Order: sequence, then C-alpha cells, then structure tokens
Amino acid sequence: MTTPAQVLELSGLTVRRGGAAILDIPSFSLGENDFVSLIGPNGAGKTTLLLAIMGLVEAGKGCSLSYRGTPVDSAAAQLAFRRRIAMVLQEPLLFDATVYENVASGLKIRGVGGQELKERVYAYLERFKLAEMAKRSARKLSGGEARRVSLARAFAVEPELIFFDEPFANLDPPTRQSLTDDMDRVIRERGIAAILVTHDQSEALRLSNRVVVLNGGSIVQDGTPAAVMNAPVNEFVANFVGMETILEGVVLVNREQQMTLKVGDLELDAVGEQAPGEQAYCCIRPENVTVSIDPPYSSSARNVFKARIVETASLGPLLRLRLDCGFPLTSYVTRESFAKLGLVQGGTVFASFKASSVHPITKR
Amino acid sequence: MDLIFDGILQAFRLLFTLDREVLGIAWLSLKVSGLATLISLVLGIGLGTLIALTSFPGRKVLVSLVNTGMGLPPVVVGLFVSILLWRNGPLGFLELLYTPSAIVIAQSVIATPIVMGITIAAMQNLPANLRLQILALGATRTQLVWMLIKEARLPLMAGVMAGFGGVISEVGASIMVGGNVKGYTRVLTTATVMETGRGNFDIAIALSVILLLFCFLINYLLTLIQQRERPR
Amino acid sequence: MNRILKLATGLMTCLMLTLLILSPAGAAPAQKNLILATTTSTQDSGLLDVLVPMFEKQTGYFVKTISVGSGQAMKMGEKGEADVLLVHSPEAEKTFMAQGFGVNRRLVMHNDFLILGPANDPAKIRGLKTAAEAFKKIAQAGALFLSRGDNSGTHAKEKGLWKAAGIAPEGQKWFQQTGLGMGETLNVAAEKHGYLLADRGTYLALNKKRHLGLEILVAGEPKLLNIYHVIEVNPAKWPKVNHAGARAFGDFMVAPATQGIVGSFGTKEFGAPLFFPDAGKKPESLGL
Repeated sequence: MTTPAQVLELSGLTVRRGGAAILDIPSFSLGENDFVSLIGPNGAGKTTLLLAIMGLVEAGKGCSLSYRGTPVDSAAAQLAFRRRIAMVLQEPLLFDATVYENVASGLKIRGVGGQELKERVYAYLERFKLAEMAKRSARKLSGGEARRVSLARAFAVEPELIFFDEPFANLDPPTRQSLTDDMDRVIRERGIAAILVTHDQSEALRLSNRVVVLNGGSIVQDGTPAAVMNAPVNEFVANFVGMETILEGVVLVNREQQMTLKVGDLELDAVGEQAPGEQAYCCIRPENVTVSIDPPYSSSARNVFKARIVETASLGPLLRLRLDCGFPLTSYVTRESFAKLGLVQGGTVFASFKASSVHPITKR
Repeated sequence: MDLIFDGILQAFRLLFTLDREVLGIAWLSLKVSGLATLISLVLGIGLGTLIALTSFPGRKVLVSLVNTGMGLPPVVVGLFVSILLWRNGPLGFLELLYTPSAIVIAQSVIATPIVMGITIAAMQNLPANLRLQILALGATRTQLVWMLIKEARLPLMAGVMAGFGGVISEVGASIMVGGNVKGYTRVLTTATVMETGRGNFDIAIALSVILLLFCFLINYLLTLIQQRERPR
Repeated sequence: MNRILKLATGLMTCLMLTLLILSPAGAAPAQKNLILATTTSTQDSGLLDVLVPMFEKQTGYFVKTISVGSGQAMKMGEKGEADVLLVHSPEAEKTFMAQGFGVNRRLVMHNDFLILGPANDPAKIRGLKTAAEAFKKIAQAGALFLSRGDNSGTHAKEKGLWKAAGIAPEGQKWFQQTGLGMGETLNVAAEKHGYLLADRGTYLALNKKRHLGLEILVAGEPKLLNIYHVIEVNPAKWPKVNHAGARAFGDFMVAPATQGIVGSFGTKEFGAPLFFPDAGKKPESLGL
C-alpha cells in the first residue's frame, strides 16, 4: 500500500477525551515536500492532530502510523520518529538559559556534544540572525526575538518534518512577515515536509501547496489552496474560508505596480509588485464586487465582466451571489438592491471591481 | 540596658576571637541543617515532581496533606521521631537517639514537606505547554523531568532555602531528639535556650547573632531569586 | 513515570545509607555511648561540664548528658531510655528503686535549697527558721511565689514543703508555675519580684553573672537539703542499657578524686563551694 512518495501515512486515528471523540481521522498522509496548511475553527482538533502524530496524546486502538514505509509501532520507534520531527508551538516556550543554550537544547537531548554541537548551533544562530545575541539570556528577548530563537531551536535538530502551531500569533505584521519568510526559506532549503496550523488564509495561500480543513475532529476538505477556497465542499468550509474569490493567473505587464494578469482567457487589472511572467493568486473579496444590469460607464472600476448568476444564498440582510464570468466570482448585494435591479438566478449582470480590490499573492 | 549592651559587646568579642565552642556549635548547626536540607531536597523535589507530573485519584488530598505538612510543628516531629528512635522503640536498634543523625532525621521530616510543597507549586507554575515543547524536542521521560526541574530551579531553590531557614531556626525537635549534648548535638538554637537559662546572656546573644546572620543570608538570597523573571 | 519512581527510590536508599554511615553510633561500638539523664541544676551550675570530660577521658565512654527534671530523668530510666541517673528527688527515687527500675543507688553529694525573695520581703519571712513557717507567711500575705512546676527534683522538694506547711497552693492567684528549668525560673522570679525555692548552686552561679536582685531569706534547715544520688538503670529490666558504663559512671562519681573536685567546685568563682561531697555517708548523717 505504501507509495514511496509518501513520507508519512496515518490511518484509523481516534483521540478521545472524557468519553467523547475529539479526533477521528480515517486516513491522512504527507508527501515529500508537502507544505500543508491546517485550518479550522478553535477546538477542531488541529493541535491534537499534530500531537497525535508525534505520539504526545494517546490515540485510540487501531491507529497505525508509518514513516517512509516503516511502521512506528514501538516505544523506541516512537521516540526515534519523534526525534525526526520538530514542532513550534504558539508560545516560544524558551528555557531559562542563554539563546545559545536554547538553540542547543534539542541537539543536547539527542546526545550531540563537543565541537559538532557548537558548529551546528552557530550555523542555525547565524541562519536566524541570532549569532550576536548567543550569550544573551532568553529572559531578555522581545516577543519577535523569542520566536526567532524558538524557530532556530526547532530547525537546529535538522528535522525531516516540521510542525507549526500558529507560531507567530500576536506579533506585529512586519515581524510576523519577516519570521514567516525565514521559516519558509529554511523549509525550502532543507526540502522537508511541513504542517502549519494557521488562521490566516493569505499565509496559507502563500506558503502551502495543500490546505486541510478540520472541523469537529474530522477532515472536511483536503486539496490545493485554490480548490479549497474556490470550491468549498460544503457550507461549513465555504463560511469558514469566507468565500473569497481566488483566481490563478500570470502577470502580463507591470508598470509602476499597475499590472495586468491573464486569468484563463480573460485579463484582470490589479495593483501589486509581481513581475511579468510570475504566477500569482488573485484574491477578490465579495463585498468589493458590485453588480449592475447595464455596464457601469462612469465607474472607476477597471475590471468589468459580464456574468451569469449561478446561485443566490441568504446571509441575513445580504444576499450572496455566485457568479460565473469565465471564472467563479462571489458578490454580496443587499436584499433591497437585489429587488430593485430585478435580479434572478440564471440572469445576466455586469460584475465590476477596482484594480485595487484585487489582492495578488505570488504563487510558488 | 547594661546587660544587653555588655551582652552584645561580649557576643562580638566571642565572634571575632573565634571562640571555639561558639564556632563549633555554629558549624554543627550548619552541618546538621545543611544535611537535613540536602535530604529534603532530594526527597522533596523527587516526590514533589512525581506528584506534580502525574495524575491519580486522591491527588488533591495528597497535595493538601503536603501543604499542611509545610507547617508541621517541630515539637510534634520531635516527639514522633523520639518515639521511633527510642532504644526500645521500633527503630531503637539503630541507636540514633541523641545523635546528630537523629536531628538530621527530624529536621528532614520538617523540611521535606516544605520543599515538596514548593516543588509542586513551582512545577504547576511552569507554562502548561512546556512539557509538550520539551517532548517535541525529542526528550525521553527522564530528560523531560530533568529539564522541568532545571526550568523550575529558581523557585525550587527558594523552597530549599525556606526549608533550610525552617530547620536551622527550630529548637523543639533538636532538643528532643538531640538532647543538647555538649560538643555533640548542641546546635545554635538549643545552646541559646540553655545559655539563657544559665544566665550566660553573652554567649546566648553571640549565638543569636550567628543565627540571625544565617537567616539574613538566606532571606537575602531568597529575595534575589524571587525578583528574577521567567523568559517568554 | 516508572523510571522516576525507580530513581526516587534509589536516591532515598542512598541517603539512608549515608545517614547510617554518618551516624557515630555506626562508627563506634554501641557500648561506648552512655546516656546520663540528670537534672537541670547539675548542668546549669556547670559542674557536669567539668566532671563529664574527665570521666570520658578516664574511661573512654562517650556521655550523652540529657538534662531534664528529676521526674523526667526517672521516667527515662523506667523506660530503659537512659543508662544512669544523677537525680535529687529522694522520695521519688525510693519508689523508683522499690519498683525495681534501678540498682546500686549511691549518695553523691548535696547542696541546699534556699528560699529567695525580693529585698523588700513583702511577706516578712527573712530570718525564719523553717521553710514551713516561711511558706505559711507567703501564703498569708498572698505574695507572688514562682514554682518550677516541671516535676523536677526541686519541684518535688517544694511540693513536699508546701504539704508540710499544710497549704495547697495550686490554683491560688499568687502561685505561678513556670514549667521551666532552675536558671530560667530564677530569671522569671527576678523579673517579677517573686519568691521561690532554688538550689544554692544554680543561684550562686546565675547571680554571679547577672545581679538578680533576689536575696537569701530562709536557709539552713535540714529539710532544705538537696541530696543527689547516682542510680544505675536495672539491666535486668532493660537488656539494652549500657550497664558497664553506668557502673563506671557511678564509681567515678563516688571516687575520692571526683569527690574532691565536687567539694571545691565553685570556690574560686563564688568564694564558697556549690556542692558538698557525701560519698559513703549515710543519708541520716545529713540530718534527715
């Protein structure tokens, strides 16, 4: 059953707490170089799934786990397996010691010592721009620095798999951005598989090649970011991902950030920094899309498409329209304008949105 | 007033001329209470960590018992240890009554719950996810326990010092199980009581000054420790 | 968790072993240790600080002097927790001997009890011939009297004197029990300006160091004698006692050289001896 491309294969995983099942995953696997974004509401079991894979929560009977085709079935195998993984939790959880000691801790646990330890620790201190503060006490670090140390500590053991559980929550956007970039860079350099628990969809889009949606302890959807965002399998996923329109395109021109992308057979105007030839996701929020019966002549909207109303759904005072204009597009309209415009399902409208409403994210 | 003034003067003279008897008593106090603290450190931290890291039925009751034990009256301990160590008592064959070892045992019994209680509290005050983080770094159970102890070392040290401060200044148990035998089981507190009874206020004051000095040093270190913070 | 348990058990065992090795009882033969249960007055006067090292040097025994009241000392003897007693509570000692707890009771020395009080002597007892008269006057005047109340030899003597005077002082407002040793009770009486019964040795030793403001008001009656006996705890009752050591200590106490030291102890410091050696004498010769 094992295909060599799978790094990790898991089947029949259940975790119970207080009699109730909090995780029930018939099967889950992780391929070589997979970067999975794990999303879902609080209490969906995201953290528990990571801990279960590491053997840090007790799984129910019938669970089997194999790593590169070798079953992880004994205490010794489990420890060896756990030592192939690194995990970065929400809080930095540094030890009350120097930055150096913190980064060295995982290696010391593995019995690495002497010159080798020193070299490896310094390599990762430098990689995460921490060499200058090696001797500093972990108690005297800022929030961003502390998380950088916790990243370096995780990567220093040179894991074959790495898990992140909302590692950069509560940080200011620039710090968060810089840490995410560092994390991403090292993962790609090392070519390892990763799972990231996140609440940030753009982060999921930007970093991962796969999105897994977890709800109530079960996997509800598992696919590429675009598939999950654009084609949610059910109402829950749709509501959870917010029905943002996500389109894949190629940049044709970019003149002082005013750019045109080719999406399918159509062209979109957007504002962004991507260079011509680069692939990007275009994200369009439904509240920024307006619909009209006639083409909007006097509008500043650069993107105007003729569209068919595929589906209407009620969202309280608003209606959600799913449109087809050669690509899927979602729009919100008030009930009042829906009646005034005389819209019907299956009818034709013009959908328009500004170039600045298109948020491009570079695709890897 | 004269009495106090002369007493203090004489006390410092005894201290600075390194009076052999006074120094001997101080040294014995340090040795006995230090050893008792060492024992309570191993037992208290070991058992405290065990209780803090495991869950079992009756755990809350046990923790309450330990916390009660933190205020164990020394005379009660002295009485029970005496009964155990009597020649014709259950542990009489060890011939430990009226020896420094007997004081060490009694003081260990007093200090162990103190160290244990503080250990439990210190372990429970560590970030909840720290255990997961250490295991996620690849630690075995033993490595986990060791690293947690290392992380809690400051409050644990505070616990150890609280234990030491408690036993070096207690008198009830020391006099009951040690007997205040001259040059053998006479410690700072029992000697102070005796010298006061004998009217040797100068020696009593000298002994008190040494005891106060020890207590001050302990509290100074405690304060230093308590003013440090944990990392993020 | 098992590993932690094992670790903890291992450490505990190690510590217990260390403790045993550290204990001198393990290092020296058991017979070397001799538990002497005695009264606070012998210790507080400093006599034992002179005699015990001499005895240890002569015989090689290691003496653990446990200084408690005579009553408690005899209780220790009854339970076999002491090897030899040096006590001063003749009535209680006779009972102790009659019950077979002790052997070879030997007269060692005496000093005397004094009735002390504040210089202004509110109960007007100064110069009275007998303790009974003095106690009666104290009771009549309702003047503060401080009793040891600790079942010691002095306390036993005091109770006997109250009985002889036909007074039951317990519960009276002017009668307070300290529950403390001789030296401490003297300190309390000095602070509170009260009367008390004290042994001459402790009084002289203490008054020398710190003027107590208490004066000797009644003394000299044969009934006020304070007689010390050495008693060996009966090895037939308690096989674990160090009887050889007890016998050696008894022999030491009545030996002429020791008796000489007893007789001269305190002369240099106080101008008068604190104790009078009586070894070999009959108790009757002391006027009892």
